[in-house]
Amino acid sequence: MAAEAGKVDPMKQFQIEPLIGQSWEIAGFNIAFTNSALWMAITTVLLWAFVFGGMKRELVPGRWQMAVETFTGFIDDMLEANIGKEGRKYLPYIFSLFMFILFGNLLGLLPIGLAFLHPFTFTSHFTVTGVLAVISFSIVLIVGFWKHGIKFFTLFVPHGTPLPMIPIIFPIELISFLVRPFSLALRLFVAMMAGHVLLKVLSSFVMDGINAGVGFGLLVSLPSFLLMIGISALEILVAGIQAYVFALLTSLYINDAEHLH
Amino acid sequence: MPQIAQLAETYSSQVFWLLVFFGITFFLIGRGMVPKVMETVGMRDQQIADDLAAAQAARDAADEQEDAWRERENANRAKAQGLIADAKAKAAASSEAKLADAQKRLDAKLEAAETEIEAARTSAMAEVEDVAAEATQDIVARLAGAKVDKRTARSAVKKALANG
Repeated sequence: MAAEAGKVDPMKQFQIEPLIGQSWEIAGFNIAFTNSALWMAITTVLLWAFVFGGMKRELVPGRWQMAVETFTGFIDDMLEANIGKEGRKYLPYIFSLFMFILFGNLLGLLPIGLAFLHPFTFTSHFTVTGVLAVISFSIVLIVGFWKHGIKFFTLFVPHGTPLPMIPIIFPIELISFLVRPFSLALRLFVAMMAGHVLLKVLSSFVMDGINAGVGFGLLVSLPSFLLMIGISALEILVAGIQAYVFALLTSLYINDAEHLH
Repeated sequence: MPQIAQLAETYSSQVFWLLVFFGITFFLIGRGMVPKVMETVGMRDQQIADDLAAAQAARDAADEQEDAWRERENANRAKAQGLIADAKAKAAASSEAKLADAQKRLDAKLEAAETEIEAARTSAMAEVEDVAAEATQDIVARLAGAKVDKRTARSAVKKALANG
């Protein structure tokens, strides 16, 4: 990573590089298989392996089955708490969403750079988080209009709003509703990107300090390295929290669509 | 920032592959595997609930049987207590009757013995009087040379005996 004159470009880790099929196209759109796509594939395969390991369907679960059931139970409880009984039918989507983001976040943190492989965090791209947010938002819109029809617009008029206030409240509520997919997408993208940039900046401090001599090494590199360890731990936490927040907010929005206010 | 710098050239590939892999995740894992996992959990919960219900039912049955047993036991004990009291009363009555019988017999024997003793004493007294009268006759004849008839001697003896 520090190939060019010992410099670390903290943004290079977000670079998308086509691996195969640079010229693959569908209807004029390029669909090259990139490093980003590769990590999505790895995420999917590992997630499949993880859940498959928990499919033994034993009455007394082993550790692996217990782990998988913990995750499904966790999402199930969250849906039950936020949406209620109707939440059960969103379990496949919310579970997929949560686990896909969680695995993507965690895989991007793997220290396989030590083996000269480049981990890539696809959740640090707003093209990816944006699509996920749009899918979540579409589900909210479809469920909302399917269940309530035109009455879905009463979502933008909270209970007990005085009549003269409605023309002011309605646009405000509408805008806050329409901002949801953007906040959803940007929150995850920014959180993941910020953490990774911070780690890369600190790693450049470590390398530059060592290169500058023993004194700087002790003064700069050692504290930076200790900070990196702490921030790596924090990033693992953030990886979980951001996946949870994404799933939680999606379920809250779906609750709005299911029950209005 | 590559996210923006590469946006134009990579967005289609990003969106496409995300849809592909997230689609696989959703349909294969989310819809295919997760419901089975949840089913297993549900089955287990059901089994646990059933087992608990069965255990509760068994416990209730046991409690019921214990109550019934206790009732029966109490009744039996009361019956036994009654039998014991009965037997005791009967025994006491029979022993009392036997005692009374024995007492009566003893009293009768005692009375008979007393009468006998009285009779013996009377006859002995009479004999003593006879002997004393004869002795008196003898003594008078020897000392005074007088002949005392039997009746006089006897009355004298009686007088002396009465005086003690």
